[in-house]
Amino acid sequence: MAMAGFPRGSLRPALAAALLLGAVAAGAGALAAGPSLDPARAGPCVEDPKLMRRSHMDFLKHDRDDTVRRGIRPAKHSLAGCVDCHANAKDGRVLGSDGHFCQGCHSYAAVKLDCFDCHAATARPAQTASAVPGAAR
Amino acid sequence: MDETRRPAAAARAFWTLAAAGAAVLALALGAAHYMELHGHVVTGMSNQVVWGLPHVFAIFLIVAASGALNVASIASVFGEADYKPLSPLSVLLTVALLAGGLLVLVLDLGRPERLVVAATHYNFRSIFAWNMILYNGLFAICALYLWALLERRLAPLAKPVGLAAFAWRVILTTGTGSIFGFLVARQAYASGVIAPLFIALSLAWGLAAFHLAQAFFARLAGEAMDAAMLVRVRRLLGIFVVAALYFVAVHHLTNLYWAKQAAFERFILVGGAPYPALFWIGFVGLGSLVPLALLFHPRFAGARATSVAAALVALGAFAFLYVFIIGGQVFPLEIFPGYEARSAFHDGRVGSYAPSLPEFLLGTGGLAAAFLVALVGARALPILPAAAPAIPAAAAK
Amino acid sequence: MNPVDKRRREFLGGAAALAGAMIAPGVFLYDYAQAKAPGEPASGKVRWGMLVDTTKCESGCNDCVVACNTEHGLPEATRATDAQWIRKVELKDLRSGKAISAPVMCQHCAEPPCVDVCPTGASFKREDGIVLVDRHTCIGCRYCMMACPYNARSFVHEPTTGQKPDVPRGKGCVESCTLCVHKVDRGGTPSCVEACAAAGHEAILFGDLNDPQSEISRRIASVATTQLRADLRTDNGVRYRGL
Ligand code: SF4
Repeated sequence: MAMAGFPRGSLRPALAAALLLGAVAAGAGALAAGPSLDPARAGPCVEDPKLMRRSHMDFLKHDRDDTVRRGIRPAKHSLAGCVDCHANAKDGRVLGSDGHFCQGCHSYAAVKLDCFDCHAATARPAQTASAVPGAAR
Repeated sequence: MDETRRPAAAARAFWTLAAAGAAVLALALGAAHYMELHGHVVTGMSNQVVWGLPHVFAIFLIVAASGALNVASIASVFGEADYKPLSPLSVLLTVALLAGGLLVLVLDLGRPERLVVAATHYNFRSIFAWNMILYNGLFAICALYLWALLERRLAPLAKPVGLAAFAWRVILTTGTGSIFGFLVARQAYASGVIAPLFIALSLAWGLAAFHLAQAFFARLAGEAMDAAMLVRVRRLLGIFVVAALYFVAVHHLTNLYWAKQAAFERFILVGGAPYPALFWIGFVGLGSLVPLALLFHPRFAGARATSVAAALVALGAFAFLYVFIIGGQVFPLEIFPGYEARSAFHDGRVGSYAPSLPEFLLGTGGLAAAFLVALVGARALPILPAAAPAIPAAAAK
Repeated sequence: MNPVDKRRREFLGGAAALAGAMIAPGVFLYDYAQAKAPGEPASGKVRWGMLVDTTKCESGCNDCVVACNTEHGLPEATRATDAQWIRKVELKDLRSGKAISAPVMCQHCAEPPCVDVCPTGASFKREDGIVLVDRHTCIGCRYCMMACPYNARSFVHEPTTGQKPDVPRGKGCVESCTLCVHKVDRGGTPSCVEACAAAGHEAILFGDLNDPQSEISRRIASVATTQLRADLRTDNGVRYRGL
């Protein structure tokens, strides 16, 4: 580090300040960059990604009741649909590492993710994936 | 005991007992966490015996809770002044037992973290949902009742609130009994007698719990129990035990009368070990007849014999509930009348159930929680009658 | 999926619907004439049900059970804590000694006791008569299992792995036969029915009980069938022949 040659007594506060600055800068940089995610299968999302980032849980919750209770299938916002598109290009999953879509973003935002305690985290084989996003209005 | 040292000794006793209760409770929380982590596979419960030992503890505590209000009811509803000084303890005990029972019930859920779902989604056709409202209502009524009993300015409220509490708890016990009574498909439970049976049981178990609590606090204070009161409690407990026995007999006799239920009755009362032994020796013998002898025979008129009788009634309650809840489930459902059935999923076969340690610890945690609430309540509030000042809280600080 | 694929799919879907409409009325596919269009909610005009013909069901055959396990990602049941959505029951008539074999699953009652007792409303009946557990609101109290007259429900006793995308399931909730709702909503047939047919028995028939023209309705009108525990008046959607 550049400060290595300073007399010992004055090093501490400066180091602290530098660390603090560095942390803030790193934080801001990471915030701007977002989580770093591996390439996924992807394609156009069913909603504007900005809206999705903020409200996907509300969409999912709304459509889950539509599907479970009223039998509306396919739903536009279905978790299985999310998984189909966002699954990691290599292993077809949305969980596994911080490079995987769901896990990566949730661990970046430090929000507990428990959908996949019950739901499959693996994309469906392409031909049976009938609940394709956008297929239903 | 030396008068000047009493507060210090009482404080030490209080903290020792509280620590013991907290330790048992901590074990229960650990057990619940373990069950939550691994799932109910670590219990003795299965797809056939879906309610197990935790439910035995929980139902005991909840049924006894409503019965513990007896003494307060007698004082404020039936105007028996002698019981009045005991009313606060009676109400506190109701709160304590109910809290312990609900704790066990909640921690046994498959998804205990979804309690907020249960609190926000109500199916009003479900007797279970109604019970949740009834339980919470009883807490509220008891809090108000206790306040009215302890605060002189609110004294005029004591009678109406006491009346409400009395009505509420009769409904509540009817509701608890109906949890089982409405299970039309099960030989063990479908019966209109279950609701009154539960009320009779609650009277006996609640009074037994009350007596034990009273004896415990009197001992803690180094006081003797009021002799005249003891006589009355003994007589009352005896009558309640007889009433409970009577309703149990009616329940089984009506079941025997319906030919459909005869096979189940044979199983519970004669054939299906260990249930007949638990029923006859545990509930009828040790839990009812021996206490009756202790309560009605003049030779055993003392406080100690009364406490033994009350403890036996509580023990008998556990035997009864084990037979009722678990014995009722291991007996196979009659899905194909007129056929002998066999399958890989309980058809035509008596199931088995062996309680595991975590379940047991969870159950005892309910007892510990009830104990703690009563202990802390009695220390923090002027609950105990002046004749037996147990642990003067302020002096002990 | 790329936009071309998507357009092609939509076109094909439309064409299929058109073809269905032309062929369907009373000619064939009539069991599915009531199948709803994609994106439509389940309709109260339909009541899905099954007819189990015990005279065709073979003792010892377990194909329906295996198919159900495969479809729903259920591990093979070996312990009393394992889930069983469908089971084979071997019966012996106590008078005549006659042996009968039949599958038993959720009976999809019109008046389901599990729905009545469920405190949160997690157990519910769909408009089209299918009885389900909404696992998002089930608290795992197991009261529904106490209330079910048919032992049709299972509690998930352990953490789960290997779930199917269409069949989420997890520890701490109650579950049972869904009548393969995820297939039925797409115009399909329950897996047990398909497996039984594939084995050459055709002992289970699936269809709309409300449609007098459906094969299941006509069969029920022409042969003697029963509902399990009819005395309880739960009016089961699953009927049995030869019991
Ligand atoms: S276990 Fe779930 S579905 Fe069954 S009654 Fe309880 S909350 Fe309802």
